[in-house]
Amino acid sequence: MKLSSITVALAASIAISGAVSAQQITGAGATFPAPVYTKWGELARQAIGVQLNYQGIGSSGGVNQITNRTVDFGASDAPVPADKLASANLLQFPTVMGSVVPIVNIPGVEIDQLRLTGELIAEIYQGKLSRWNDPRIAEINPGVTLPNLAVAPVYRAEGSGTTFVWTSYLAATSPAWKSGIGASTSVRWPVGVGARGNDGVAATVRNTRGAIGYVENAYATVNKLTTTQLRNRDGNFVKPTHESFAAAAAAGDWASAPDFAVDLINLPGAQTWPVVSATFILLPTNPTDVERSRNVMRFFDWAYSNGGQAAGELEYIPLPASVQDAVRAAWQKAVVVEGRPVWTR
Amino acid sequence: MIGPHVQTATVASQLPPPPAATGARRSTAFGDQVFATICTTAGLLVLVLLGAIIVTLFLGGLPAFRQFGLPFVTDTTWDPVQEVFGAGVSIYGTIITSVLALLLAVPAAFGIAFFLTELAPQWMRHPVGMAIELLAAVPSIIYGMWGFFVIAPIMAAYVQPAVIDTVGTLPMIGMLFDGPPFGTGILTAALILSIMILPFIAATMRDVFLTVPPVYKESAYGLGCTTWEVARNIVIPYTRVSVVGGIMLGLGRALGETMAVTFVIGNANRITSSLFGPGNTIASLVALEFPESPAGSLKLASLLALGFILFVLSFIVLAISRMMLRPRLKG
Repeated sequence: MKLSSITVALAASIAISGAVSAQQITGAGATFPAPVYTKWGELARQAIGVQLNYQGIGSSGGVNQITNRTVDFGASDAPVPADKLASANLLQFPTVMGSVVPIVNIPGVEIDQLRLTGELIAEIYQGKLSRWNDPRIAEINPGVTLPNLAVAPVYRAEGSGTTFVWTSYLAATSPAWKSGIGASTSVRWPVGVGARGNDGVAATVRNTRGAIGYVENAYATVNKLTTTQLRNRDGNFVKPTHESFAAAAAAGDWASAPDFAVDLINLPGAQTWPVVSATFILLPTNPTDVERSRNVMRFFDWAYSNGGQAAGELEYIPLPASVQDAVRAAWQKAVVVEGRPVWTR
Repeated sequence: MIGPHVQTATVASQLPPPPAATGARRSTAFGDQVFATICTTAGLLVLVLLGAIIVTLFLGGLPAFRQFGLPFVTDTTWDPVQEVFGAGVSIYGTIITSVLALLLAVPAAFGIAFFLTELAPQWMRHPVGMAIELLAAVPSIIYGMWGFFVIAPIMAAYVQPAVIDTVGTLPMIGMLFDGPPFGTGILTAALILSIMILPFIAATMRDVFLTVPPVYKESAYGLGCTTWEVARNIVIPYTRVSVVGGIMLGLGRALGETMAVTFVIGNANRITSSLFGPGNTIASLVALEFPESPAGSLKLASLLALGFILFVLSFIVLAISRMMLRPRLKG
């Protein structure tokens, strides 16, 4: 009698403490969306009492960890192949989009003044175009004084989602790049130097006259780096702005992409910025801890509805509302335990 | 710090004999057994750990060794897209940066050690010796950041353009100083490495220089030798083996240095003739590529194989260093 009353008291106190303190969820993976996930985590803890512990360990690390079920969800910048999703019982859905922008250090060239194309950048990164006053660059840049300066390409030294997006763009615009080098989180760069992280690339470009590099847009905006215009698929030169990013997001063919693995690289549209990518979450469809799985979906449901502004402030692009609804529908359909969906609206 | 070691022997001989054991033998016998077991376990643990690390690295790298065979060691391709991996570039980068670092560090270390043991006034020896040892305590990430944010811009703005415009235009030698001035690269990495290994080599050299019996040096001075002649004909011949051992110790450290090198080497998986050109080392490549290597992939296997190769390289260098240092340090 005495023992059972203690048990009841204990159980009650655990239940109470569980309700009062925030409910933990853990995630790991992509570094690219890590700032916005961290920000959402802070806001969601106050709003819905879900506390997120997110570790930006790299996309492959995220896939490994969720496959081994050491975290509640994984995160990856590159979409995971359908067969791998199926074998690991994972549901893939996008959270936000981001864009990658080229940055240059050419004396006398202002922000968003220089015009470049994917083909020319691919030539630069293959070492086939080595001086800034090359007639091919001068031809599309009337009125810009280009010095006789060696082009110094800079890339990300470590494997990264940013490199995956950038090389995907180069492969989409240059057949020579596609067949010779390809797209991946790290590739066999024929020329140039590597630097660690966005800040390393930015610092190396800043220190080297004639350098060209690529960083996430958030980084370029905050640090006022010298970005350039790019020619999009419609042949227009566009500046890296919120409008051109949103145009790319709207142009994406979300409805027919399996596992939401939409390709946002070099899409048609007059205003479309050509280097945009979504980032993804991987959630087990057969969760062992139902409560935690439900909290992960509660968290991202809240983030879709209320996190758009925070994402925008960090220079991410929120998902279109129709896509958010499609993701919610996918949760109800895919994450089912004992015949009942784990999360309902 | 060989001073105290050398004195131990003489001091020990002057000590009174240890107190004779009296009573209560049984309890200490049990204590001795426990103590011996604990110590033996601790000792064996090191061996087991070392063995386990080697075996893990080898087994992890086995798929890469199977796929590429022996040419893995010399192949200079590192293509994650085509899944063709070779260790050639990073082995070359590891060895060239370490050797260059030694070339820069050894003369400076010799100067420091000889200054501290022969030339410096008594009051200066302790603070300077202390400063050298503190240099060894600076974390490598600090060297990396300092190298990237301070040294690399200086190299890019002043050193490299000047050298490229003068020496770089010469035939033959010019090839070594070619290319755009990024600031980072093989030479910058070697420079940072040399500062990092300097304290290890200098401290070892100072310690072994102190083991030279004063009577030899006094005799040489008595015969009218200059300070340089004493260094050249007495100190160096007497300590030669140990000095080389100390240099190998520095080499071992240079081979495995990761963080600082990653920041300043330029991270390119290709071999360039220019010292200003970018490169990569084994440790740096593993650190950079590890986070984006999926479990079970050939890339991960290749990185583990690289780790195994680095382990073997460092093991050989350190074994040689221990062998060479042993006779002198026994004192």
